[in-house]
Parts: sequence; structure tokens; C-alpha cells
Amino acid sequence: MPESLYQERIEIFPRSVTGRYRSIKTGILIFAYTVYFLLPWLRWEREVGSTQAVLFDIEGRRFYIFDLVVYAQDIFWLAGLLVIAAFLLFFVTGLAGRVFCGYFCFQTLWTDVFIFIERLVQGERNARMKLHKAAWSNNKIFKIGLTHFLWVLVAFFTGLSFTLYWGNAPDLMIQMLTGDAPFAAYATTLFLTLTTYVMAGLAREQVCTYMCPYARFQAVMFDSDTLIVAYDEKRGERELGRKKPAKGLMTSAERDNASVGDCIDCGYCVQVCPTGIDIRNGMQYQCISCALCIDACNTIMTSIKFPEGLIKYSSEHALEGKKTRLFKAKNIGYAAVMLLTVALLIWSIATRSDIEMLVQQVRQPLSVTLSDGSIQNRYDIKINNKTTKPVKYRISIEGLDGAELDMGHFTEISLAAEHSVKVNAKVRVSPGNVSQSRTKFNFVIDSVDSKIKHKVSQQNIFYVPEKQLIQK
Amino acid sequence: MSSEKNKPTVQTTGHAWDGDLQEFNNPLPSWWLWTFYATVIFAIIYWVLYPAWPVGDSFTKGMMNDITYTTADGKTKTTHWNTRSLFLKEMQVAREDQAKYLKDINALTFEQIRSSEEKSAFANSMAKVLFADNCAACHQAGGNGVVGRYPNLLDDAWLWGGSFNKIQETITNGRTGSMPGFKASLSAKQISDVAEYVLSLSGNEANAAAVKNGKAVFSGQGGCAACHGADATGQDFMGSANLTDKVWTIADVAGADTAAAKKDAIMNVVKNGKTREMPAWKNRLSTTEIKILTYYVHELGGGK
Repeated sequence: MPESLYQERIEIFPRSVTGRYRSIKTGILIFAYTVYFLLPWLRWEREVGSTQAVLFDIEGRRFYIFDLVVYAQDIFWLAGLLVIAAFLLFFVTGLAGRVFCGYFCFQTLWTDVFIFIERLVQGERNARMKLHKAAWSNNKIFKIGLTHFLWVLVAFFTGLSFTLYWGNAPDLMIQMLTGDAPFAAYATTLFLTLTTYVMAGLAREQVCTYMCPYARFQAVMFDSDTLIVAYDEKRGERELGRKKPAKGLMTSAERDNASVGDCIDCGYCVQVCPTGIDIRNGMQYQCISCALCIDACNTIMTSIKFPEGLIKYSSEHALEGKKTRLFKAKNIGYAAVMLLTVALLIWSIATRSDIEMLVQQVRQPLSVTLSDGSIQNRYDIKINNKTTKPVKYRISIEGLDGAELDMGHFTEISLAAEHSVKVNAKVRVSPGNVSQSRTKFNFVIDSVDSKIKHKVSQQNIFYVPEKQLIQK
Repeated sequence: MSSEKNKPTVQTTGHAWDGDLQEFNNPLPSWWLWTFYATVIFAIIYWVLYPAWPVGDSFTKGMMNDITYTTADGKTKTTHWNTRSLFLKEMQVAREDQAKYLKDINALTFEQIRSSEEKSAFANSMAKVLFADNCAACHQAGGNGVVGRYPNLLDDAWLWGGSFNKIQETITNGRTGSMPGFKASLSAKQISDVAEYVLSLSGNEANAAAVKNGKAVFSGQGGCAACHGADATGQDFMGSANLTDKVWTIADVAGADTAAAKKDAIMNVVKNGKTREMPAWKNRLSTTEIKILTYYVHELGGGK
């Protein structure tokens, strides 16, 4: 066998730990899973359309999000949402470091669950390491097999739940099980099952260290005032470094006198680390700031009656004994942009009109002369009823003297809820009334029973050929 | 050159030629290798399932990939997978989807179509395609025609009548409109006088004396009134034009710049006449298609 050019991955078997940060993480995990897995099943009452609370209906080209219905033309809101998300990430990272990585990232959440399953089946760290090294036996096959089976199960439900957001969940679920679902549903579920299984089960911390771009560019937002998970080297090492507890070195005060560090080198902080690093070596790019090493160290410190906080959330300045400044131009700037975008998005959603009208002049030809010599221009009008009720519309024109609007057989246009329609409109003007070749005027649409928000007007041009102007 | 210490410790393939000639062993990255194997496996599965290899005059047809489709004339065929059959199958599905809309249109009267927002929108969008395929060659894509050749369908002047029934009849059976030339039967002056009269009918400037003479020729010796009617408003059962309105379909009066050019345009038609033919579409389009086109053309201009 030729020697490999690549370093093999060193398997990590994180040990479990309890503590404040573990509880916060577990809380967030339970909350996130509850929302993610149950949300597609939540029903919501609407007059028209889906009864699912959150549904991304690609076929119907609308997203239902509780009482908000997002149409295809509102999709720029997504840009607003992404800007908010980006600046929220920048802001939080500038302030408190990789909070997203440690507590909220789905890679972290799902890896956490997969490690939990691994521990449930195979036991604590030592048992898992032993099993890993052991020769293949029925016991090993059973335990490893069961672990992977449960992983695939969780991965499958993850993929399935994601798919359920894109169709009516109860129907789609039955279709999925009876083989009647669309290809896209199976492909999405399979793809997410596969990626979840591979990323959370097999790749794990490699996703963060090798694949994730955020991990790398978050470093740019760091400065000496950013909160990081840090080892208090001064207290932990002192002049003589770490030492196991021994006679005369049993309390923090004794160790201080002997110039020995408070770190008893138990290695618990290294064992709990999901990315397999030693936080005592300082800040490293692999660190996702999950703070489990803080819990680990505090557990040990408490048990041997040392003060807590040998590993803690701190900043470089704080470690150097300087003051930490959190309110600085950079962070305030991030917050300002974020709040501004939030305000803009809310304003845009709140003031969205219930009608949409798009008027396009027919350009082939621009104008035609009628038998009485009047000039006719034609327009294609598209009306979109964004309300959940049927609405009767009235279209009129403003700013064109002596003009007559003819919409064929229609004087009023009734439109079913959430429907759109195209109408042909003709505008006629006798030549004496128009003095220029291009006259700007407005189409105005309003509802007959005026139950809807905002009337909409759109400017267009009435065209008369030069020759017809001279003729008058 | 390099000392023993700096010599790179690389692997070789193990063979040595001419005593010391060796080849470095640079293995492919394993992810690359496995991706390559995966493509090989994919290719083999593909060969089995889809048409792949030429064999003599024929080729391997693949397995479990039959496509059954029905053509427009009702024949059902089953073939092995190929993109042409796939296309015909898609066409069949589209035809079946469209059928229910067409059934609706067939069952409704023109008045019912034009009073329904959705039915009229469907008729309009389908007719746009039919018009572009069948009518636009003469009447132009927008329906504005060509002056002197093909009537403009956008205005409210109708040679053969602008009601739904008349338009449907025109498309179904076609029309032949013929105006005879008068250069043999009328003198140059008479033709000139008639032209002045016709100009005056639609409000253009004209010589009053000539108009008077022209009117006499129009209703007398010229025999113009026989077709165009005594009041010159035309008769739609024979397709004679209304000469009193502002719409010009053969003589391009509206497009002429000077009074002389306008008169010339009219004289030219009186002298030489004009025969135009609208072909019949009953053998080329279905009755439903003609119905949809009728609705579209009616709504294009000011249908009567």
C-alpha cells in the first residue's frame, strides 16, 4: 500500500457534561426541534388557500406564513430577511463571538443529537473508545448497527419534515408513504436524509473546520473586546505550570503560594470538546464556542472546592486586565443597519397594497385610426387580487381629456380571491383633443365596494402619430 | 546538487530501469478515484436502462423504459424510450389538459365568453397563438394589416360585417372582394372628378366643381353607387368599402402627405380596380379554433 498523502481523521468521542451552558444548549435544542418538526402540522384558519400555518407553495407561487401570504412579486422581502440575518450574525459575532456556531447552527444541533444517540447505544466516552478499538463481534455489530440505524431514522425525519413545509403536510405524508408523492418530494427527502446522516453522523466537526465558510469569515468580525471561550492562563499555569493535586497543593491558595497553576490537568475540558481541541492552547479556529469546556472545568473546580472560572467567557482585553468595550462604532453600525432593515421590511409588509395592476401598451401597432377619425391605443392590463376575498374592481383613466375607456364587455371586473386576470383595454381620443404625440396619463384601479386597501394608479402613454396631429 | 539529508522521501513504483531510473508513485486522491468509479457504475446502469450502443444497423433499446402515447389523430403507439416519444407524450398530456377548456368554449355563446373574465382571458391567450400561426402572415402580428393589401383588423370599419356571426363566416368560408377597374369605361376627367368626390366624402379638401361632377358620375354613368350604395357607405354582403369614414383600406389616403398624392391614390384604385381574397379556413382549422379566432378578431377592433 502506498503511503497516503492525507492525514486521517482522528476520531473524537466527546464525553458528556452537565452545567449551565449544557442546559442552555439543551433548551435551545428542544425548542428548535419542537418548532422544526411540529410546525408543518400546525393548521391555520384562512378564508381562502391552504389551512397550513406555514406552507411554501411553489406551485401556487405563494408562501403562507401564518396570517401573511407572500406572493412571487414580494420575494424581495427575502433579500431583506437575508440582510437582517447577515447583520444579526455580524452584530452578535462582534459582541459575543461564535454564539451562532455554538448554540444555534443546525450542524451543532444535529451533531449534538447524533452524539446523544451514540452515547445512548454505546455508552460514555470510554466505552465508545473501547468499542471502537475492539475486534468485530456480534455485540459490536449490534451496537454500531443500531447507532447508524437510529441516525438514519433521525436523518429521515429531518428530511421528511423539511419536505412537509412545501406541501400540505397530512396529504403529502400519506403520499410519501404510499408512493404517490412527486419526484421532487422524494428527491428532497432523500437528499436531506443523506446530508444529515453524513454531516451530523460521519463528518461532524470536519464540516466546521473544513467546509463552513462562516467559521472562517467570522474571524474578521472578532477584535480584542469580543467574548471568547478562554482559559485563564495566568491562574491556570502561574510560574510552574499545571500539576495534579498533591499534598500541600490541595487548595487554590496553597497552589498560589507554591507558584503552581490551578489547572490540575484532569483533561475533562479536552474530553468534552466536540471538535477535539485543547482550549488551554488559546483561541483556535476549530473552537465553535459551545462552552462545554467551561461546564467541564467548573464541574471539576467545584468538586475540588476551587473557585470557578478557570475556563470562562472572557475577552482578550479582559484577560490582559484591561477594560472590555462593547459599545464601539463597529457593533453600533451593525445594529443600526440591522434595525434599519427590520424597520424597512416591516414598513414594506405593512403597506403592501391589496391590488396589483400592471398596464402595458400594445405596441403592434401603437395606434390605429377609427372610422370617425378618432385615435385608438390598446393596453393589456393585468390585475392581481391579493386579498382572500373576491373583489369587484373599477378601472378608470385620469389625465387624458376627452378620452373614452373601453374594456369590451366589462365595466366592472370581478376577480376571485387570490386570482389574477388579463383584460384588454382600448382608449379612444378624438384627434382635436390631443395636442402632442405622447400624452402621459394614468390608469386608476379601485374596488367598487371599497373594502380593500389603497387604490393603485399606473402611468402610461397615449400615442398619436404626428400626421394625425397636423390633420386636425 | 542535493545532499543526502535533503533528499525527498517519496514513494516509487518499485521498478528500476538502467540501474537507477525510477518512477515516483503519486496516487490519485481517493475522493477522486471513488467519484470516477461511481461514474463508471452510473454509466453501466444507464446502458442497461436507456438506448446506448449501436449494434450493426440497430442499437440497444434499453429495458423497462416503454413510452405509450396517443398522437393527435388518435393512434396509440408504444416505443422504447426516446426524446421524440417523450415529447409526443408531453404533447398528448397538454392536449388533454387543454381539451376541458376547449369544451367550455364550445358550449358557450360569444356573449357568454365575453362576459366572463376567465373565459375571455383564455380565449384571448389561445387565439394569440392561433393568430400568429395562421393569420399574422397577411394581417401582421398585431392585426394591423397592410394598406392596399390586407385589411386592418384593429379599427372599427368592417368590409364584410363586424358581428360575431359575420366574422365567423368570413374565417370559415373566406371572402373574395373585387372592385373593377374603370380606365376603359370612364374618361380621365371623369376619374379625376370621382376621385375629388370620394375625397370630399370623408371630409378632405376638394374642388367644389369637380365634386359636383364627380357625384354625378358616381351615381350615374360610373355605376359606383351600385356597389358602394347611393350614400357611399358600402354594403357588407359584397364587401364594398364605406367611402365616408376615415379608414382607408386600399387607397392610402391617410398615409399620403399632399392633396395631390391623396387624389392620385384614389384615382389609381378607380382606374385599375382591386381584387382581394381571404382564403377559407374551414379545412385547416377546427370549428373551436375558428370560434376562438372569431372572438379574438371581434375584440381586437371595435366589433359590431
